[in-house]
Amino acid sequence: MPPPRQSASVGAVRRSFAPWSDPEAKPLIRFDNVTKRFGDAVAVDHLSLNIFEGEFFCLLGPSGCGKTTLMRMLAGFEHPSEGRITLADRDLAGVPPYRRPVNMMFQSYALFPHMSVERNIAFGLKQDGLPKAEIAARVDEMLRLVQLERLAKRYPSQLSGGQRQRVALARALAKKPKVLLLDEPLGALDKKLREETQFELMDIQHDLGMTFVVVTHDQEEAMTMADRIAVMDHGRIVQVATPGEIYEQPKTRFIAEFVGDVNILEGNVLGQENGLWRVQTPSAEAPLTIDDPDEVLHSDQAVAIAVRPEKMVIRRDPPGPDAINVLTGEVWDIGYLGDWTVYRVKLASGAILRVTRANRSRYVEHPIDWDEQVYVTFAPDAAVILAE
Amino acid sequence: MTPRPSFSKKLAESLVPAVPYLWLGLFFLVPFLIVFKISLSDPAVAQPPYKPTFEWGDIVGFFQGLDLENFELLTSDDLYFSATLSSVRIAGISTVLLLLVGFPIAYAMARAPVRYRSLLVALIILPFWTSFLIRIYAWIAILKPEGLLNQALIGLGVIGEPLTILNTEAAVFIGIVYAYLPFMVLPLYATLEKMDDTLLEAALDLGSTPWRAFWTITVPLAMPGIIAGSLLCFIPAVGEFVIPDLLGGSETLMIGRQLWSEFFSNRDWPLASAVAILLLIVLVVPIVIYRDVESRRVETRA
Amino acid sequence: MTRRLSFFNVTSLVIGFAFLYLPILLLVVYSFNASRLVTVWGGFSTQWYVALFRNQALMEAAWVTLRIALLSATLATVLGTLAALALTRYGRFTGRTLFTGMVYAPMVMPEVITGLSLLLFFVAIGLDRGFWTITLAHTTLTMCFVTVVVQSRLMTFDRSLEEAAMDLGAPPLRTFFSVTLPLIAPSIVAGFLLAFTLSLDDLVIASFNTGPGATTLPIRIYSQVRLGLSPEVNAASTILIGIVALGVTTATLLSKRSLLRSQRNIH
Repeated sequence: MPPPRQSASVGAVRRSFAPWSDPEAKPLIRFDNVTKRFGDAVAVDHLSLNIFEGEFFCLLGPSGCGKTTLMRMLAGFEHPSEGRITLADRDLAGVPPYRRPVNMMFQSYALFPHMSVERNIAFGLKQDGLPKAEIAARVDEMLRLVQLERLAKRYPSQLSGGQRQRVALARALAKKPKVLLLDEPLGALDKKLREETQFELMDIQHDLGMTFVVVTHDQEEAMTMADRIAVMDHGRIVQVATPGEIYEQPKTRFIAEFVGDVNILEGNVLGQENGLWRVQTPSAEAPLTIDDPDEVLHSDQAVAIAVRPEKMVIRRDPPGPDAINVLTGEVWDIGYLGDWTVYRVKLASGAILRVTRANRSRYVEHPIDWDEQVYVTFAPDAAVILAE
Repeated sequence: MTPRPSFSKKLAESLVPAVPYLWLGLFFLVPFLIVFKISLSDPAVAQPPYKPTFEWGDIVGFFQGLDLENFELLTSDDLYFSATLSSVRIAGISTVLLLLVGFPIAYAMARAPVRYRSLLVALIILPFWTSFLIRIYAWIAILKPEGLLNQALIGLGVIGEPLTILNTEAAVFIGIVYAYLPFMVLPLYATLEKMDDTLLEAALDLGSTPWRAFWTITVPLAMPGIIAGSLLCFIPAVGEFVIPDLLGGSETLMIGRQLWSEFFSNRDWPLASAVAILLLIVLVVPIVIYRDVESRRVETRA
Repeated sequence: MTRRLSFFNVTSLVIGFAFLYLPILLLVVYSFNASRLVTVWGGFSTQWYVALFRNQALMEAAWVTLRIALLSATLATVLGTLAALALTRYGRFTGRTLFTGMVYAPMVMPEVITGLSLLLFFVAIGLDRGFWTITLAHTTLTMCFVTVVVQSRLMTFDRSLEEAAMDLGAPPLRTFFSVTLPLIAPSIVAGFLLAFTLSLDDLVIASFNTGPGATTLPIRIYSQVRLGLSPEVNAASTILIGIVALGVTTATLLSKRSLLRSQRNIH
């Protein structure tokens, strides 16, 4: 993984916590060249991955990318066709789910419908044969943690979706597992509740110091919660990095398009000038200037230039003659979102750009209107070059 | 709207429940009251072979003529008491055997790939469409001393002497398990099929062994099916006539058989009615439970 | 996630189905036995089938049974469908508890009780025992099964279809006949077939309510079986099993075809 460029860091990161960049650190979980086949279909394809203790780790990808299979192999419900999975240096092959120090929060929550909240939470502790008093104390502690003390005697069918989610979390946490697996933990909640719960999950993880592995298809969820994200596609990991790096330095076009919104301008490399790449595209008259020194490119190579909508500037007045990276077009659509306004700009080449602008003030004099001729510009370091 | 069509519409609407209601009242409920009445009458050598102890409409005569003679006979003769006990015992053991045989089948059906499931259900139901009598008859040829089972076992060298199975209680158990198996498997399958697989995974994940997960998760969740299937088998088995008659021996006492012989051989209708009432008293609680379980099951399926 | 059956599951299924089907299979095989002894194989022969068709009494019994089954199943289907509509569409009407009791009880009630009570009823009202008493008795028993089959279909019925029909201007009765009835028709047919088979099959209730000239096939077979095994009974059973197998196969193929057709219409 390339180190963060220059001295600047990307995104918001827990500076003090980065065991993955410490060559001495020993990972807690190791996937070692793991492959999983179902008949002819390859769900996980020669995948290697390290997850460190105390990490909040997200597996992100579209449905069918193999992320759930990867998690189920960790829980013990599926067995790798090839390769090795170790947890704290112990090979997990042949260890049944009920002997693994790993607990899972299921997507459907899988609450036992014939048991009260209390008994659901106590279930795992009972399997360990703990004394009754200790079980009761732990159940109380868990109920307090998820703020459900008053619902201990209720049954799952008498709870709301959010309450069920908390019971499922408490039940999985009760055994204090080394690793907590969460399969789409917030998928069944509505948007408002999802946002609140994201932060709660982060707090709980931080307080308990536990390792969380979350499977999600929701990139916003992954970005908010994770220390690191592994983006998966077709059974492989495409990039493992902090949320900031994933967003600002996507390795491939797939990641750039999957995580957040992006404008892609296709073109051909003309050459390098003063460390900046010059790229000719059909979308602009003059060649574009891009500051992405990590890429090694050759002349006439076909590349895609990725620019995030919020890093583009839209203006009515023509920029000066010295301006670089100027695209001209007309306003095709305007979407007002409250905090942001989204402009869809149609370029002469027919391509449509998405440009966003923060609505910093309540009143705008003479706002940009539909069908207006506009200029869109972006700074050389706002763009990333993705080799095709 | 004019009052006339609304009246005829109302009439038509009320006919929908009224017709089946009246039918069942007339052909199911009223006959029971008559059984009750006749169980209190004296037998007679006549056609019909009983002497009504009262005439319809003669209320005074009705109460004067009633006697509990038949029930006194039932309680004084040990035969009826032991036949009742024996029926409940045989039906009870058969129900347990049915659960033991039916549960693994229903469980395997519920775990089978979805595309095979309707075929498996059809295969379970199919024998039910062929005659009950014929299916019991088929077992006579198998269980006879010189029958196919003994031939096979002797041929394989498992036994030297033929086993006596036909005309014993064991044959009755086999017959009941065989004939009632679909009634046990289908309700069990219906509940097991609905069960969410991830519940078992969750139990394993929380440290439960597969065996413990079976007892703490699968069995409690299958309870509605277990209760429905058990009642569906137990209740008719208590009153079973054909199976003990064809497969059981003369010492296999069952109340349904007793009722049959009081009626057909001894032509003592009042005593047969009293036996029917006795059987009904034994079964009334299970039948009420069954009705509740079943109507709830049908209505919550929506 | 594809699930695979464990060894234990496969074994349960194999043993279970062997237990269910072997006796029937043996019965069929031994109907082609040349020997008079049902359990000793004496070579292939169809003589028992010939004997069967020459058996006048058995043929007559079969004809009576068929007529009773057709008539009682038709009546039971009408009554059972009405009862199912009453239970699903009329909410909590007065006497509903008694009504559900009367629907569910006959299904588990020992047949000796139902048979005896109906007989005593028919005697009390002075109805001669025979064809009609068996038909009425079978109608009463089998309508309960029809009710349950149709009711479970109505429970899953999407009421908005009816609302849509009424919204488009169809009055309630027309809505019922043009929308509801066609959609619940398969369950009504299934109920009819169930009632028909139960009537065809019944020994106990028919024995109580039979009279001169109304000896049904099960009564005839039963009296023959009591005298000992008879290859003729095997032959009769094989024909019955054959008819059922043919009927079930046809019904399956028909429903599969209509399923395919409806799927084509969707796409």
